[in-house]
Amino acid sequence: MAVIDARDTIEPRPVATQPLSVLGRVHPAAWLLAVFLLFLPAFASNFVLTQLFGWAMILGMVALSLMFLAGYGGMVSLVQLTVAACAGYMVAIFGTSAVDAISLKWAWWVAVPIAIVIAVIFGTISGALSVRTEGIYTIMITLAIASGFYYFTLQNYTIFNGFSGFNAVNAPVVFGVNWRDPIPFYYLCLFWAAASFLAVVYVSRSPFGLALQGTRDNARRMEALGFNVTAHRIAAYAFASLIAAIAGVLLVWQQIQISPGTAGVGPVVDILVIAVVGGIGRPIGPFIGAFIYVVLRTFAVDVLEGLGLDGKRFQLLIGLGFLVIVLFSPDGVLGLWSRFKDRVLNSNSLRPGGGSA
Amino acid sequence: MSGFLARHSVWSLVILVALIVGLWLIFAVWPPELEAVIGRKRLFLNALFNGITLGGLYFLVASGFTLIFGLMRNVNLAHGSLYLFGGYIGYGIVYLTGSWLLALIVVFLIVAVFGILLQVLIFRWMEGQELRQTLVTIGISIVLADIALWAWGGDFYQIEAPEWLTGPVELPFVTALRSNGEPVYLTYPMVRLAILALAIIVGILMWLALNRTRIGMLIRAGVDDRDMLSATGVRVQLIFILVFAFGAGMAGFAGVVGGTFQSIQPGEDIKILLASLVVVIVGGMGSIPGAAIGAVIIGLAEQFGSVYIPTYAIVLTFVIMVLVLALRPQGLLRGN
Repeated sequence: MAVIDARDTIEPRPVATQPLSVLGRVHPAAWLLAVFLLFLPAFASNFVLTQLFGWAMILGMVALSLMFLAGYGGMVSLVQLTVAACAGYMVAIFGTSAVDAISLKWAWWVAVPIAIVIAVIFGTISGALSVRTEGIYTIMITLAIASGFYYFTLQNYTIFNGFSGFNAVNAPVVFGVNWRDPIPFYYLCLFWAAASFLAVVYVSRSPFGLALQGTRDNARRMEALGFNVTAHRIAAYAFASLIAAIAGVLLVWQQIQISPGTAGVGPVVDILVIAVVGGIGRPIGPFIGAFIYVVLRTFAVDVLEGLGLDGKRFQLLIGLGFLVIVLFSPDGVLGLWSRFKDRVLNSNSLRPGGGSA
Repeated sequence: MSGFLARHSVWSLVILVALIVGLWLIFAVWPPELEAVIGRKRLFLNALFNGITLGGLYFLVASGFTLIFGLMRNVNLAHGSLYLFGGYIGYGIVYLTGSWLLALIVVFLIVAVFGILLQVLIFRWMEGQELRQTLVTIGISIVLADIALWAWGGDFYQIEAPEWLTGPVELPFVTALRSNGEPVYLTYPMVRLAILALAIIVGILMWLALNRTRIGMLIRAGVDDRDMLSATGVRVQLIFILVFAFGAGMAGFAGVVGGTFQSIQPGEDIKILLASLVVVIVGGMGSIPGAAIGAVIIGLAEQFGSVYIPTYAIVLTFVIMVLVLALRPQGLLRGN
């Protein structure tokens, strides 16, 4: 019946089919971007490195994990930032922070893996809870889990130190490099952002990723073909949680602190905004969305005040921008760009009726 | 009922025992040993009544939410914002005219019209695209929250209850005995009882409208199979508009009610949205009786939680939600 097939995802549904092998297939713009990002520290200030690009890459990773679930699995999970915050909290609890009474002060190579493992377990359990229900219910359930975590951290003082959370959670000194310094930290973020991007591209083309896309398009048919749909979905949550958890560790080092507000309801929804604005169809989308968000967040107040408006209306700007994107371009900025490209190409070509993009 | 008894005899026994214990706790005079363990009876009764009345408020909000969801599969994440606006507008009307009842009706109408606009201008054009509709409601809620902050600032507003609803009222529940053996009865704010009565009346009216009228029949048919209903020649769009208007109006209505016995301030939209989410997840999405049961459970959990385990009061509601999801993912009152 049509009702079953009509389970919607954001158009167009991404299907990753090209084999990942030939480097020559990579778009020249991607090479340019890679070179630009690699040599950015040569001319950019510390502020640009950590507060703009570092933050954008971290948020981009969290949004990427959402994009993986939503784009390839059809599951819009609002719990991804919470998984990241869980990893961040665990780094603060097992590692070092200014809260001596709670932090265990274990070495980073013990604390970080434990933090990631715990966050992945948390994310997988949340996923297992939410995949038991279908489609649109996921968004409600994950939102409820995310706010449950927020209130728990807010009220628990013995483990999560309540409202104030943990401060002075610093990146460690490893191999004689202080990873707190802007340039090493920038490369650390760049490395993990690129690694998780490539991992998502790779997984989406693997048999597992293709089966996941199959469960998104028609779960019942996949079930009939002998695939365990629930297991695929939970595994997708586990993979996405891993990316979010790594991003969470970076996030706590970038912010140097973590508190319940890090994963409050507002920021949790912001991750969805980032992923949707960037474009939920392709893995690069979340990073584009994150960059736009971070730039807006950093400069919108100045721009608004420069235009003679109230700088406090920043949230209104974000909301309206998101609304416009969702209403007019469901596949985000990427979709806007590709439609624009099509139109330009079509108007240049002399084919009759070429204007209908 | 007898079917339930036969199929779940153990559960029936547990429910029966809980009911008897509960009734005894409510009506008996507590022996000193019990008071030594779990505190004064007045505390217990207050938590019970606060929980039930809070459940009444939650029901008012969640019933519109669950109805919209059930019919249109639209998770209206702007529902909390409609509540907030209802509260602010209601405050304005009470401030200007001094009439609380007028505020209830006018706010219901204004927010219902707003709901109609949303349905006609936006959601109608993306029918069947559930996710896109949900994303749009997120955008709307972000925008509305900031507009509300802009217009009304960060202060909190409390709507003044009408004169005939203020003051305490004595209830026939014994809280303790005086030293001379004279019973002390529970006194409770009138306004909260009135709100509970209002919620019950609204619930009964909704049940009647859904089960005894032609429109209600069409709505129920639409919840079950929207495509088939429209294939039989019913103008489904009209029903959608009606239901959306009603659901939105209820949110505004609840905003006035909530603004009277709690307060209206920024952030209240998210709190109410989360409460409705949890209520309909626990009760079963799309089910009005489910919303009622879920609302009472969540209201009680919040109030008893804040009295007996104050640190984890809010967490308790989420624990209940996770338990329901794990054991009965479709919610308490919903078939498959």
